Amino acid sequence: MSGILNSSIGRKFAMALSALFLMFFLLQHFAINILSVFSPETFNSTSHFMGTFPLVQYVLQPVLIFGVIFHFVMGFVLEIRNNKARQVSYAKNNGGANSTWMSRNMIWSGLAILAFVGLHFYDFWFPEINTKFIEGDMTGLIDPDNAQSGFRYFEELQHKFESHVRTIIYVIAFVFLALHLLHGFNSAFQSVGANNKYTKGLKNFGKLYAIIIPLGFIFIALFHHLKHVLS
Amino acid sequence: MNLTLKIWRQKNASDKGKLVDYKISDVSPDMSFLEMLDVLNEQLINTGDEPVAFDHDCREGICGMCSLYINGEAHGPDRGVTTCQLHMRMFKDGDTIFIEPFRAKAFPVIKDLVVDRSSFDRIQHAGGFISVNTSGNTIDANAIPVNKADADEAFEAATCIGCGACVATCKNSSAMLFVGAKVSQFALLPQGKVEATDRVLNMVKQMDEEGFGNCTNTGACEVECPKGISLENIARMNREYLKASLKG
Repeated sequence: MSGILNSSIGRKFAMALSALFLMFFLLQHFAINILSVFSPETFNSTSHFMGTFPLVQYVLQPVLIFGVIFHFVMGFVLEIRNNKARQVSYAKNNGGANSTWMSRNMIWSGLAILAFVGLHFYDFWFPEINTKFIEGDMTGLIDPDNAQSGFRYFEELQHKFESHVRTIIYVIAFVFLALHLLHGFNSAFQSVGANNKYTKGLKNFGKLYAIIIPLGFIFIALFHHLKHVLS
Repeated sequence: MNLTLKIWRQKNASDKGKLVDYKISDVSPDMSFLEMLDVLNEQLINTGDEPVAFDHDCREGICGMCSLYINGEAHGPDRGVTTCQLHMRMFKDGDTIFIEPFRAKAFPVIKDLVVDRSSFDRIQHAGGFISVNTSGNTIDANAIPVNKADADEAFEAATCIGCGACVATCKNSSAMLFVGAKVSQFALLPQGKVEATDRVLNMVKQMDEEGFGNCTNTGACEVECPKGISLENIARMNREYLKASLKG
């Protein structure tokens, strides 16, 4: 078992495991966000639970941050190593003849997603950490001194999607996420060895996941933006 | 057919090399690609020029010697064929055809279009075999029953001719389709199970040492492979490797 991360297959396996974890997280994130469309109250109470439950905050959140950093760092490391494996490029290369654009450009869709994660942290995560752990306000209330003021999460979300620019950036970022997942979902399963006669259905499920989840996030952003514009 | 060929010319391994233009006329669409290069070489010899060096042997798609990256694809634009099986009817009169060697750090150019693919041999030596007693008491292979589905899959993996098209076409110059096929052909058969752990660990170690890149599952290798070796063989190698790493 020792030194598995020093082998090409070991690194591939680790990359795939972090990807599978992130895809599971994305599904959970979507399930909570879509609540904001149907029931602001349920969205608020779920957000408050996720934001204050110790297991989520002190165990799952650090694991998630580690997973994100690991996936990005390993992605760059593999890209650099792979570029070194061909020192002279082809004068003519017809990549489109045998592979998808998504599969050949994971580094670019990944960088777009990384930029988006930066914006997303600036928008939501840093303010949240500041309120809870620096200012020490764990109430989740709009006015911490007034228990009747209600939770702040839905208000914050609506406020962010008032901006045209931010909404457009979110939509573009999720298009890149869809492109990344269109290759990444099935690639992760292939890397862990799950590609045989029993896993044929998985490929179609992967494509569905890669389209439906990002489309769902786009729908949520547009829903709140248009609600603001039309009100 | 009249064609313009842009061919990679490189005197030796240390030469920088460059693309050189050649005109060739009256090419028959029924010629194989290598026959077209033979005609070009005759033309070059007649004018006192150095003929283009390229690899070839059986010229019937089974030896794995011919290579060439033609118009941006390993073994050219046709599917399921090696360069010797590629016909000139795949091209049009007046076409410009780029002809380059297979490119990878692990496949250094020896001369013109000839590359050194002995890294594949070293991977095979690291574990691509079974240790059978050949001292006179050899057991008939057919004495051990093999499930038909496994035998078929092993056979399909064993059709890999080791040409290196997978490496040449992979954007990462990864050799995982080749190694996956070689690991699979033994992993699926009872005779291969005895040395399965050492085999996959040693072959992958050698593959990494040779400087091949890492597979990112683009699937380009499967498309360009003249023998249609499936990506399922890479997944099987991944499973075998993880199993072996946990054991050893």
